[in-house]
Amino acid sequence: MTAPGRGETVIHARGLTRRFGEFVAVDAISFEVHAGEVFGFLGANGAGKTTAIRMLTGLLAPSAGEARVAGHDVYRESDAIKRSIGYMSQRFSLYEDLTVRENVRLYGGIYDLSDADIRARTAAMLERLGMTQVADRRVGSIPLGWKQKLAFSVALLHRPRIAFLDEPTGGVDPITRRQFWELIYEAAAGGTTVFVTTHYMDEAEYCDRVSIMVAGRIAAIGPPAEVKARLGAASMDDAFYRLARPPAGARATETE
Amino acid sequence: MTVAARSGTPAVHVDALVKRYDETAALDGVSVDVRSGELFGFIGPDGAGKTTLFRILVTLLLPDAGSAEVLGLDVARDPWALRRRVGYMPGRFSLYPDLSVAENLDFFASVFGTTPDAEMATIAPIYRQLASFADRRAGALSGGMKQKLALCCALVHRPEILLLDEPTTGVDAVSRREFWDLLARLREGGLTIVVSTPYMDEAARCDRVALIDRGRILALDTPAAITAAFDRPLLAVRGARRYDLLRATRDYVHTASAFPFGESLHVTDARDTTSADRSAAELRAHLHAAGFADAVVEPTTPTIEDVFMARMGAPAGSER
Repeated sequence: MTAPGRGETVIHARGLTRRFGEFVAVDAISFEVHAGEVFGFLGANGAGKTTAIRMLTGLLAPSAGEARVAGHDVYRESDAIKRSIGYMSQRFSLYEDLTVRENVRLYGGIYDLSDADIRARTAAMLERLGMTQVADRRVGSIPLGWKQKLAFSVALLHRPRIAFLDEPTGGVDPITRRQFWELIYEAAAGGTTVFVTTHYMDEAEYCDRVSIMVAGRIAAIGPPAEVKARLGAASMDDAFYRLARPPAGARATETE
Repeated sequence: MTVAARSGTPAVHVDALVKRYDETAALDGVSVDVRSGELFGFIGPDGAGKTTLFRILVTLLLPDAGSAEVLGLDVARDPWALRRRVGYMPGRFSLYPDLSVAENLDFFASVFGTTPDAEMATIAPIYRQLASFADRRAGALSGGMKQKLALCCALVHRPEILLLDEPTTGVDAVSRREFWDLLARLREGGLTIVVSTPYMDEAARCDRVALIDRGRILALDTPAAITAAFDRPLLAVRGARRYDLLRATRDYVHTASAFPFGESLHVTDARDTTSADRSAAELRAHLHAAGFADAVVEPTTPTIEDVFMARMGAPAGSER
């Protein structure tokens, strides 16, 4: 794990904003993420996380503000951003009707890897995951734990600088969930930046730094211990609750 | 209160239930009783068999073997009588996304020959939080609000038992907490509630829970009794350089298991004869010698998740 601040900046956002009609889904957020960092992007449903991620991954143009991801501008260089990042969501990451090997080949082709590269990386990946013996099975027929690990490895196949993981461990059993986090640590130790969302508050503790979004803004950002200390919260769960449900003047957010 | 409740018949009685899909046993001999008035949780990951069990209990699926009774009625023989008395909220959002909040509620009430107005006393605590969105399309609601609407629709015919299949999956931690507050209030009104969830921390909100994995029940009791039955010393390890610390802890000769657990690592000792204090002192010495001068090791109290992990065995697809 790289200490925050030590690596170069790979995500840089200043005043990043997205409006939908009159509704401000993301309200001038500013933050940085550094190379090799595991960054937890937390927030309630409807707080603006998904909109922010779509802007950072080049899928949605901002309404205002600026952001650079892996050195590329989100307005003008969204294609370059897509080539520089890996993306994995809880659902729809892999094609269930294709075999393990076919999925890897498909993504290798999408990212323009040579046939020789795809072959070599596929073999190395399956070996590392202990999945060589299921290489020709349909992805739909392998256990969820394997699927999630495979999806993560496929997202890293083209050696992106940043991996965006959207609730990668939802519904996964508690041991596999922890094994998955060890894959995240390994990737981060190798210099890949990991940008991850989760609803498991214990997983927030596994991040080098977290940000907590509330109503379109970043309400807190820092290492988990600092965020908790600043809010006088015993756990991340408490910290989250205090930010998302302030005693007075709470506004109902209702989007996404 | 029904006759069944007063006479002490369990609200749910499941005996040696088996359901197979091809060669996979989704339910592999599940037996459990849920008491009337209880808030009961089935806690387990995807693939545990929770949804299959719930579908059998609400008469949408027939078991291959074994039997299930809900409110004293056999699910296979009396589905029609049972359906009127059961409230069911499926895991996947199953309301009509193109109908408004109010229209969905009207529809589900009319299916059972009633109206939302007539049932307002029952649904008011939840509907109050939805009322300002009455004209919004259900598909445009946030995750937390969708759950509340689905709960309203499941309650609108005043069922005697509520079966909620993963109502909080994918819902943020704050909304989850509020949803459980709602369930606690419904339980106080005397309703029997059966819930499933993959979030182990939610077990604490239940009267009793069954831990379930790959079609089998791993443990069944009150949350306190389940954690009290954890049969070996458990240590919490804290320190900087967590990933390195985890590997160093695994390398220790007496470590049986070591996993990240929130802000610490949870470690069990392979020797079941050692006291927790001695085990902690020895691991501390090992870590200090290995260069982790700041490592703090102390005995800790097991959680439901510790018990689950200890009992589940190797997960499918974990071989690396």
